[in-house]
Amino acid sequence: MRRNDDRAIRKEMQSHLDEHAAGLMAQGVAPAEARRRAALALGAEAVEEACKDVRPGRWTEDLRRDLRHGLRMWRRQPGFTAVVLLTLGLGIGATTLMVTLVNGVLFKPLAFAHPERVVSVQEQTAAPPNATAVAEGWSNIWAVTFPNYEDMVRASRTLELGAWARSDGIVSQPGVASHVNADEVTASLFPVLGVRPIAGRYFLPREDQRGAAPVAIISAALARQRFGSVPAAIGGRLVYEQQAYLVVGVMPPGFDLNGYTTADAADVYLPLGQDPSPNLQNRGRHMLGVAARLRDGATLGQARRELDVVARRLQAAYPQTNAQRSFLVRPWVADVGDASTTLWLLLSAAGLVLLIACANVASLLLVRAQAREPELAMRAALGAGRGRLARQCLAESLLFGLGGGVLGLGLAGAGLRPFLAIWPGTLPRAADATLDWRVLGLAMATALLCGVFFGLAPAWRIRLQSVDAALRRGGRASAAAGARLHSGFVIAEVGLAVVLLASAGLLGSAMLRLNALNLGLNPTNVVAGRVAMPAPVLAVPARARMAWRDLTDRVRALPGVVAAATVDTVPLREGNNPASYWVGSSPPPEAQQPTALINSVGPGYFAVMRIPLLEGRVLDDRDRQGAMPAAVIDETLAQHAFGGRDPVGQQIHLGLGNDPLTIVGVVQHVRYWGPAGDDSNPVRDTVYYAFDQVPDRLVRRWSQLMSLAVRTSGPPGSMLTQIAAAVRGPAGEDAFYEIRTMSQLARGSLDQQRFLLILFAAFAGLALLLAALGIYGVQAFLAARRMAEFGVRVALGAGRGQLLWLVVRQSLGMVLIGVVAGVAVALLASRALRSAVAGIGSVSPATLAAVGLLLLLAAALASLPPARRASRVDPVRTLRQE
Amino acid sequence: MKSDLPQGTLDLLILKVLALEPLHGYAIAQRLEQVSGAVVQIGQGTLYPALHRLEYRGWLAADWKTSSTGREAKFYRLTPKGRKALERETASWERLAGAVRLILDLGEGGAR
Repeated sequence: MRRNDDRAIRKEMQSHLDEHAAGLMAQGVAPAEARRRAALALGAEAVEEACKDVRPGRWTEDLRRDLRHGLRMWRRQPGFTAVVLLTLGLGIGATTLMVTLVNGVLFKPLAFAHPERVVSVQEQTAAPPNATAVAEGWSNIWAVTFPNYEDMVRASRTLELGAWARSDGIVSQPGVASHVNADEVTASLFPVLGVRPIAGRYFLPREDQRGAAPVAIISAALARQRFGSVPAAIGGRLVYEQQAYLVVGVMPPGFDLNGYTTADAADVYLPLGQDPSPNLQNRGRHMLGVAARLRDGATLGQARRELDVVARRLQAAYPQTNAQRSFLVRPWVADVGDASTTLWLLLSAAGLVLLIACANVASLLLVRAQAREPELAMRAALGAGRGRLARQCLAESLLFGLGGGVLGLGLAGAGLRPFLAIWPGTLPRAADATLDWRVLGLAMATALLCGVFFGLAPAWRIRLQSVDAALRRGGRASAAAGARLHSGFVIAEVGLAVVLLASAGLLGSAMLRLNALNLGLNPTNVVAGRVAMPAPVLAVPARARMAWRDLTDRVRALPGVVAAATVDTVPLREGNNPASYWVGSSPPPEAQQPTALINSVGPGYFAVMRIPLLEGRVLDDRDRQGAMPAAVIDETLAQHAFGGRDPVGQQIHLGLGNDPLTIVGVVQHVRYWGPAGDDSNPVRDTVYYAFDQVPDRLVRRWSQLMSLAVRTSGPPGSMLTQIAAAVRGPAGEDAFYEIRTMSQLARGSLDQQRFLLILFAAFAGLALLLAALGIYGVQAFLAARRMAEFGVRVALGAGRGQLLWLVVRQSLGMVLIGVVAGVAVALLASRALRSAVAGIGSVSPATLAAVGLLLLLAAALASLPPARRASRVDPVRTLRQE
Repeated sequence: MKSDLPQGTLDLLILKVLALEPLHGYAIAQRLEQVSGAVVQIGQGTLYPALHRLEYRGWLAADWKTSSTGREAKFYRLTPKGRKALERETASWERLAGAVRLILDLGEGGAR
């Protein structure tokens, strides 16, 4: 049994009182008077409390009791508790979900051994080489050439280096022919990254050279698909690009060299040293990704200095290729593309919702605390310390914080996978987004912080309260001071809601505008996909040209196909082919040549896409090999290069080293970069020319990029298998892959905007609801406090309508302040949104006005119920209560 | 005029009173009032927290016994640890008191 528990203390006090009273009675004091004096002298309540305070472990004991008390309050007020927990749970849940994604996708180290020691190496030139490079997002950063890589390997003492080159091709055995991504890797690459095959082994150094026996490492997915299981693949025979390889290893599932989405991950890895391509010996061919691991004891700074020395030596030795070229050594980070922008935007939006939820809960708890003031004042009068009561308040709000945190974590955990499912396309590294201890810690810390924040205001008020003042007011708490704090919370909520609503409005109006834009082509009933042909076919230009004509004819012959044509770059899809051009008699300096998207097409392409002809004619069967080289330009190029002059019959030179082309027609501009991105892209001019007239030396490369576009009489979905079969051909050698309808691509190009719009709209709706709830709560509370005043007003002749207006006017005042403050922040937020998302205009006054009106309307509606209650006040009753 | 006790003095007085014999709370209060006469004021409310604190510190031990008036009461007594503490605190108090005395005398001497 514990010393001095509550019962023992009470007993000791009683014994003291008895002794004292007995002593007084012995002096002749009447018993009742003696007991009264004894009680007065001791003040047992306060003494008991003080005795409990000196107990060791008092604090934890109190906390336990306060938490129990808090839980009892939950049971007693289930409605209130549910609203608070749900509000908080939604705020914390949304934020936690976004934090989980940001943490997993942007911050979690990759699944390499000691990822902090892995770096990437790239080449860097002083300035972007030209507009083409800028358009491709390369700026002045380059892939590494193989000779430069070998020099680095020979010279470096601080780095273990590995390299890879991306390629792709057709796997034809075992199973049916299909297209895969492949990476040619050095034998050192996987050991450098510290990623072991789950079956088999690494490439051996002697396999990484010309003439060695052909071996391959494959992905776990390909192993299961082609060999049935991972172990069965080891020692298996794999035919890739018509060459047989011995499978010696299988990489772990999810392994992805490029740090991209799994959709881009390679299925086949080959030894880079076996590649016979002359490009590997060319110091001007930038094709390698380079990864390196810092050797034990080496630092990033040492590695940088060392490679600087190597770069300077190469600049001197090979001025033609390496002038002003240095090496860029950086810690390895996964390349997640524009996912990072979207994630940060969503995290900000979720954070705003959390702030609103906090303000809301804080004001609700304040309302409750004020309602309980008489109770607390009574307890203070009975001897409970101020600090003790303040601690109790804090404990209760901490409990709400904890509850909200647990609920939020539950919501985030349950919502994670469904949320990833609605993410447009594939979120890079989605598999890494899990609720790990870092996220858990952050979420719970946020929740507890919220809890302290909610408790602070009520607890502070208790500290300031003078006990007798509270008692004297007889339960009518000080409305004025509370009202200020409440208004502050409401103003904050409204302001934050304005930011979210304005952002949603901005995205919404942008979507409306972008959806209405003319793409320059008709996407309905068109399907496009990439086509892969066996390498031997493509190696001979004449054979390749024939093969493409045959393939197109096979598809055209299908019933239901209206038109079909080959095209090397499909609008609205990843991949483009920019080149410099010039018109006129003499070429301008290379740096001043404009850049155009060049697109080699088969006859009939313009009919497939229904790109309107503005002048002259389109490309057709006349534009064969040997005939006059012809080009069709779009109106944008016509405007840029020719101004008002007629371009038809003029010549255009492309920076491909081929003969000048004669312009035979002008077509409408196609929004190649999608409705959102096209206006702001620096490369919009477009040149179409006939694939048949592509110079021999380019045929192989252009063929590797080739796609087929088909217009069908009805929705193309039902025809895909027939089209794929026709593409595959009698020999079954050609593969049709990455098949998309143009409608899908058109929709997909706005995926980011649409996704952001949906989520911002949801967040904004939530914010509006919470703000309305907050206004209702505060008005209900304040109106109840002012009932007596309303009674007096009615008694003095105020009408019902006047009372109604009195309450509503107060809300509108708060909302107006909130809207003005919110608009200022919303203007800043809209600027951030514009710079982060393509196709967003500036926020219009109409949008802001609509947002303000919406909030005023919500405020009026929310304060109507309390206002009606106020207007029905019975003056006689309230005055009698006074 | 009555003065408040200087900080920490109450503990010393309690230890001193209990050094003679075990007493219950009310008796301690009475004894303190008797010996200190009308000079210092000890609120009954401050006595019990001090007793409990000393008990937790291990300087006092307590048992429930029957008092001289026949009621059950909690009797406090000094532990060996408490006795040592009393000697230590007494010595330190006397040092302090001596020092204060010295300073006060010095002041008078200067005026003369």
